Amino acid sequence: MRLIPTRAWAATLLFAAFAALPLIAAALDDAYLVVIATRILAYAIAALALDLILGYGGMVSFGHAAYLGIGAYSVAILSRAGITDLSLHILGAIAGAAIFAVITGAISLRTKGIYFIMITLAFAQMAYFFFVSLSAYGGDDGVTLSTRSTLFGQPVLEDDTALYYTAFAILLGLYLTAVAVTRSRFGRVLTGARENPVRMQAIGFSPFRYQLTAFVISGCMTSIAGVMLANQASFVSPAYMDWHRSGELVVMVVFGGIGNLLGAVAGATIALLLEEWLAVLTEHWPLLFGLILVLVVLYSRDGLTGFFRRRL
Amino acid sequence: MTNLFLLQLLNGMQFGILLFLIAAGLTLVFGIMDFVNLAHGVIYMVGAYLAVTFSQMTGSYGLGLLLTLPATLVIGLVLELLVFRKLYDRPHLDQVLATFGLVMIITEGVEIIWGAAPLSVQMPDLLSGSVPLIGPLRYPVFRLVVIAAGLATAVALWLIITRTRIGMRLRAGATNRAMVSALGVDIKKLFTIIFAFGAMLAGFAGAMVAPILTVDPGMGESVLILAFVVIVIGGIGSVKGAFAGALLVGLVDTLGRSFGPIILRSFLDPSAAGQAGRVLAPMLVYILMAVILAARPAGLFGART
Amino acid sequence: MTYSGKMLAVLAATTCLAGPAIAQDDETLKIGLIFTLSGPAAVLGEMGRDGFQLAAEQIGEIGGMPTEIIVVDDEQKPDIAANKARELVERDQVDIVVGPIFSNILGAIMKPVTDSGAILISPNAGTSNFAGAECNRNFFVTSYQNDQMHEVMGAYAQEQGYSNVFLLAPNYQAGKDSLAGFKNSYKGGVAGEIFTQLGQLDYSAELAQIAAMQPDAVFAFMPGGMGVNLVKQYRQAGLETIPFLSAFTVDESTLPAQQDAAVGFFAGSNWAPDLDTPENKAFVDAYEAKYGKVPATYAMQAYDAAHLIDAAIREAGGTGDKDALIAAMEGAPFTSVRGDFSFGPNHYPVQDFYLTEVVQREDGKFATSIVKKIFDDYADNYVGACEMN
Repeated sequence: MRLIPTRAWAATLLFAAFAALPLIAAALDDAYLVVIATRILAYAIAALALDLILGYGGMVSFGHAAYLGIGAYSVAILSRAGITDLSLHILGAIAGAAIFAVITGAISLRTKGIYFIMITLAFAQMAYFFFVSLSAYGGDDGVTLSTRSTLFGQPVLEDDTALYYTAFAILLGLYLTAVAVTRSRFGRVLTGARENPVRMQAIGFSPFRYQLTAFVISGCMTSIAGVMLANQASFVSPAYMDWHRSGELVVMVVFGGIGNLLGAVAGATIALLLEEWLAVLTEHWPLLFGLILVLVVLYSRDGLTGFFRRRL
Repeated sequence: MTNLFLLQLLNGMQFGILLFLIAAGLTLVFGIMDFVNLAHGVIYMVGAYLAVTFSQMTGSYGLGLLLTLPATLVIGLVLELLVFRKLYDRPHLDQVLATFGLVMIITEGVEIIWGAAPLSVQMPDLLSGSVPLIGPLRYPVFRLVVIAAGLATAVALWLIITRTRIGMRLRAGATNRAMVSALGVDIKKLFTIIFAFGAMLAGFAGAMVAPILTVDPGMGESVLILAFVVIVIGGIGSVKGAFAGALLVGLVDTLGRSFGPIILRSFLDPSAAGQAGRVLAPMLVYILMAVILAARPAGLFGART
Repeated sequence: MTYSGKMLAVLAATTCLAGPAIAQDDETLKIGLIFTLSGPAAVLGEMGRDGFQLAAEQIGEIGGMPTEIIVVDDEQKPDIAANKARELVERDQVDIVVGPIFSNILGAIMKPVTDSGAILISPNAGTSNFAGAECNRNFFVTSYQNDQMHEVMGAYAQEQGYSNVFLLAPNYQAGKDSLAGFKNSYKGGVAGEIFTQLGQLDYSAELAQIAAMQPDAVFAFMPGGMGVNLVKQYRQAGLETIPFLSAFTVDESTLPAQQDAAVGFFAGSNWAPDLDTPENKAFVDAYEAKYGKVPATYAMQAYDAAHLIDAAIREAGGTGDKDALIAAMEGAPFTSVRGDFSFGPNHYPVQDFYLTEVVQREDGKFATSIVKKIFDDYADNYVGACEMN
């Protein structure tokens, strides 16, 4: 059981590094670092949410980008209606995501394996094409947000560092919540339902209800990531819901190692930094990124965290 | 109107057969071997690019097509040896990820070798005209060739899987690898052959569509999702299912596009009907898939889940 | 090293890798190019980049200043573009950003670039919002307002006296704008109006409807690969007797794939490679010699953007005084390869538009060729709504 304390250690260090990042950026006089890091935090939230159902529930959703889009559009739609507060944007996102997740989750959970992957993709594509047709919000062109969300009526998030720390606080809060969820009775039932649904049924748990609840929680968490992404880029478009984005989220989770939450956060961080770094190196960066991805899958069964952990 | 409906029916079937042609290699590798190969689309793309290059070198589309077949077979062999072989025992998720990486590598490689600009292949004059159908309506000759190629591929696949020894071993190997190995069948070699054959089918499809579709670095990705939709609707593990799925997708997409707005207009006012038609048309295929999977969680003809 | 130690090392390494920002320096001109350089539409971005760099090489020191050009790829993803644009203006501290190709990318990078005080020059995308109510002092367009290319074709259809035109565009914002633009200047009857799926492969269903209706002409807006598919299939379906009018569907970026299937098809444009001005001849010859391809409008407009920057900086005497630089740009103090060229009060061009036709040149390559001028010194329809401050 050495793993658990190690994970706590690793989590402390990773989050401490995130907390200190704006100071490092200031010392280097490179404000742009905070801008990239905010994006990383937002994707880390989404990857964390996906890991909750992928790693613990065995549900490989290939349509999680839809929730990023729902979150982003809730910022655009509510802002235009004159509602600017971040907390209300998050609430709107959660409400929208919950409705979408309950309906699509209930249908999708009838299927398993590759069929589940494809049906979640199908629903995400429907959402994508819906927003592409939404002329009032620019359709495919999207909309530029003239201002970011406000916090308690104040435009404090216009400051990049403030936005960064807000995203950081949300990620930290959701991480701790997710850890608590996985350790709770609910989390154990979820894992049990993945391992052996028949037995869970036999001892009186309905896997479906637990799986659907987890699916909805995960969708809602991902939509919060969408709210943060919209604020970070000051821009909202259906491109957030592109199926590639769903694929990239899965890549992040598996990159970091599935089923340990921290791996998802680390995976999102590494994948985005790698992309940023390789793009500076060569315009043919997808070639190198693809190569790394293939090598990680072939030679490290638990993603990068597994790769490092084995060398402890 | 009736004429147009019949023609659109033909167009829908034609599009379905085109989709089956593209999905055929995937049916084999994903449907029978239960291996999720996202790289199928890029191999199809490489096939189209090779057909362009070989056609230019030989000055003949037919020769270009013939040369493409062994070339993609070799590509399939190499990929199998380097990557896929290591992934057979892995969960679907690992297969998805590794082949996603291959998609990035091969797409970028194609851009480096052939450039980002779309290319074209010269069609032989014999096949480039159109034949009269009904009244002013004409049908392109090459479309008939594509239909013939798709049907031939379907029949050949079905025969190989159900009527030959290799097909029998393949089905057995996919069901119980250890048992078939124990019976003295070299399952590794069998899978290598099948995989290379699947790549060749993808290359064949790429070469076949090159004269009617754009040959550019995005072409593989644009068909990948559709190809998966076709197989999943049909049910994994069934050539019959993939064929039915392809026809269904082709028909629903084509007929929905052309007659959907007319149907909507009968109970909505014209502007609302136009609006609804535009929102629904691109979703049709996905709605079809969601409805089928909700009703039959293992697809139309699928047994395994 | 422990797992967590490694994580920290990774973070630290990337922090160092980012490096310290370079302090602003008034002696060097820094220009950021943001184009789509990967994915299916990369060919358009490459043309824009090549056109700009060709001009930059010929000029040497743009505006008489040592010039540094930083090229980034927007991947055709708006949120990535917004971040890359911020990187250009915040970390690299560029004076001027040139790009992008696509309208949705323009929407995403407009705010970060202009908020920072840098000047943004679009060598292609020209959306209606930034031409009208949302016009911006720091934003210039060297291409056109998007609707104009469609209005050219509408005016031509009107002039031909067509009474029955079939309209075809993909189902997204630019597609809807395109048909609206066409109908701005075409008042005749519409035989049918179809919005196809984005990235559609097979057009049999639409072509069958066209064949059944036998319209006077077809107007299509099908950029990129969709245009290649449509044009090939249109020709194969034996519909070439029906005039094919288009915008962004047959141009030098798609002709290498469409080849003789597109010969005789019409397009509306602000330029063609055979436009008869000495500057244009020099540009096209140099571009073909260097890159071995016929340039499309994307390359031409980026080439003009470089000359605009060069002339304006020389007139303003450097980049130190942004107001003076913007004032100089407004005068368009350069000779466009298009000949007549000036900026309207919304910083969008006022220029001539032509009907062009696809031809096979004597050297065997395919290109568009000017048939006749349709609009003279034509401004866009949104300029009235622009209140520049």
